[in-house]
Amino acid sequence: MTTALLLFLIFIFITLVITYWAARRSSGASAFFAASRRITGWQNGVAVAGDYMSAASFLGIAGIIAYQGYDGFMFSVGWLVAYLTVLLIVAEPLRNAGKYTMADVLAYRLSPRPVRAMASLSTLTVSTFYMIAQMVGAGALVTLLLKDSGISYQTAVIGVGLLMIVYVVFGGMLATTWVQIIKAIFLIAGTVLLSILVLAHFDFSFGNFFDAISRVTYHDKDGAEVTKDFLTPGLRFKPPYGALDLISLGLALIFGTAGLPHILVRFYTVPDAKTARVSVVWAMVLIGSFYIMTTFLGFGAATIVGRDFISKNGGTNMSAPLLAQALGGEIFFAFISAIAFATILAVVAGLTISASTSFAHDFYTNVIHHGKERRPGEEVRVARITAFVVGAISILSAILLGPAANVAFLVALAFAVAASANLPVIVLSLFWKRFNTRGAVMGLATGLSASIGLILISPSIMTIDPATVTGAARHLIQADPLFPLENPGLLSIPLGFLGAVIGALTGRREPQAEAKFAELLVRANTGIGAEKAGGH
Amino acid sequence: MSPKKKKPGDPTPEVGAATDIAPVGRGQSKPPHERTADEDLDVVDWEKVAAMGEFKALLAAKRRFILPATIFFILYYFALPILVGYAPELMKTKVIGSVNLAYLFALSQFFMAWIIAALYMRAAGRFDGMIAAILTRLKKRRR
Repeated sequence: MTTALLLFLIFIFITLVITYWAARRSSGASAFFAASRRITGWQNGVAVAGDYMSAASFLGIAGIIAYQGYDGFMFSVGWLVAYLTVLLIVAEPLRNAGKYTMADVLAYRLSPRPVRAMASLSTLTVSTFYMIAQMVGAGALVTLLLKDSGISYQTAVIGVGLLMIVYVVFGGMLATTWVQIIKAIFLIAGTVLLSILVLAHFDFSFGNFFDAISRVTYHDKDGAEVTKDFLTPGLRFKPPYGALDLISLGLALIFGTAGLPHILVRFYTVPDAKTARVSVVWAMVLIGSFYIMTTFLGFGAATIVGRDFISKNGGTNMSAPLLAQALGGEIFFAFISAIAFATILAVVAGLTISASTSFAHDFYTNVIHHGKERRPGEEVRVARITAFVVGAISILSAILLGPAANVAFLVALAFAVAASANLPVIVLSLFWKRFNTRGAVMGLATGLSASIGLILISPSIMTIDPATVTGAARHLIQADPLFPLENPGLLSIPLGFLGAVIGALTGRREPQAEAKFAELLVRANTGIGAEKAGGH
Repeated sequence: MSPKKKKPGDPTPEVGAATDIAPVGRGQSKPPHERTADEDLDVVDWEKVAAMGEFKALLAAKRRFILPATIFFILYYFALPILVGYAPELMKTKVIGSVNLAYLFALSQFFMAWIIAALYMRAAGRFDGMIAAILTRLKKRRR
């Protein structure tokens, strides 16, 4: 176990050196929020991939596939295809017409204060919930992976929280980007290695591998031995609502990714829209390869390690590390564990900086102070303080919730809010001349409240647990769910769009906003007037 | 935080200086010394650019690619959960050895995404050329 700790300490050391280097280089708002817009295409592509491939995808997906086979792979597919929305519709106009946040684009033609206030609320909701899920995951992992080293859940959560605060407060976007890049490279390397070992186990024969997947044997919860074809759909998404839930999940992924604030801010770190485009393609190559390899991770864990063993040794999330242990021994187990920590650390840092940027730039400067900085450097100072506060809140909530807390729904919630609140207003403000302030505010408010409301009455929160489930793992409301789907997207995305359109049509027309449509159109499509890369 | 000291004679523009704040948004414009070269091009008669034939051609070209591509990828993608959800028996059909249609269709989604991305990169190269032509024309007009 100490090997894992040692490897993790090496990662921390490297990232702290980077933070020191970044802190010395960067000064000013554009440097802090957007790494002076000097990140290159491949660098940003790797960083986008790093931001996106969270512990939920690395450990979570491997676990779902190991337990429920093919249905887990459906997540992998959606997570990549979603980038086509980013590539074709959002990335370039956003880079051309914005400065630091997605609200810049929304506020471009509309009344800045109400729009920014709502957009900032939505950003903070997505980031904070996503982050709490990651922090609880981090803490729970440590208790499993380092159980002999004397590191407790609290220590782990506080450690991860403090590190992410240090990266963001001192190193800003430049340090966060490089932490992301290094982590992504480690993650891909680990996944490739693990995949090769899985194939080697089957003598490099795909036939043998897939034959094994079609006959996975394990014991169900009643202790009976069952053998199932893990390539068969339907092990997770069962009738009567399975098919709808699958479609709903797809909608949330396809439309949510292009509305995730921590992904969107990444496109402001490159010099121009063309580089933003190149970086999406780099990200798609890496993300796609990674998710194809979840076949080997997940099915490998199902066939080589087996569900029974995983259940006795920490449960679904431990599938990938246990697979590493089975194939490569303790050293490889340590390596994969260290990668899992690095993953969580980098993702929470990315979330923290996007939340701080939105609060400082959208809410503090533009809503409270009408777009004027009272003192030089105030915006960056506010962002640093916000990073500290956001960090403290997530540490506290993660400690209060405890390692067993059932937090997977928070990730679903983040995607649902991004898809139902953020994406409709981004698209409508870019493409619909008649769109106005009321439409944007109503769209954001409807999407946000519909997602949260539907999750609250979904099976993620409302389920009757058997008596064997205790403590924080129990569902919050012990009753039958009022809304049958785990993913609210199927209903909340149309509601978000509808709210925005109805708001726009019932609100008064805004001649000023419509007059500025030509300007936004020209800027978004040509990049005229977009802020360029800065010098040092 | 105040900007770091610059070397004397360093011509690099100060990015992220104190004034570098929120220039976008209604009714605010940058002071002249902060404008980028492109902004100086034409301070800018946006309506006129929007009405240029070249600009309209750019929008039309982008629409011709992006709209069908988006519709195609959305249909192709949602065919997967719909078929898996509503025609599970069909999707269980074994195609090569133990590998069934469901897995192959899911796998094909990755290649679909990569191919569309590659096609878009090629088309976007054409759009970049059109944008460059518009910029050159605007520059000429100013001289």
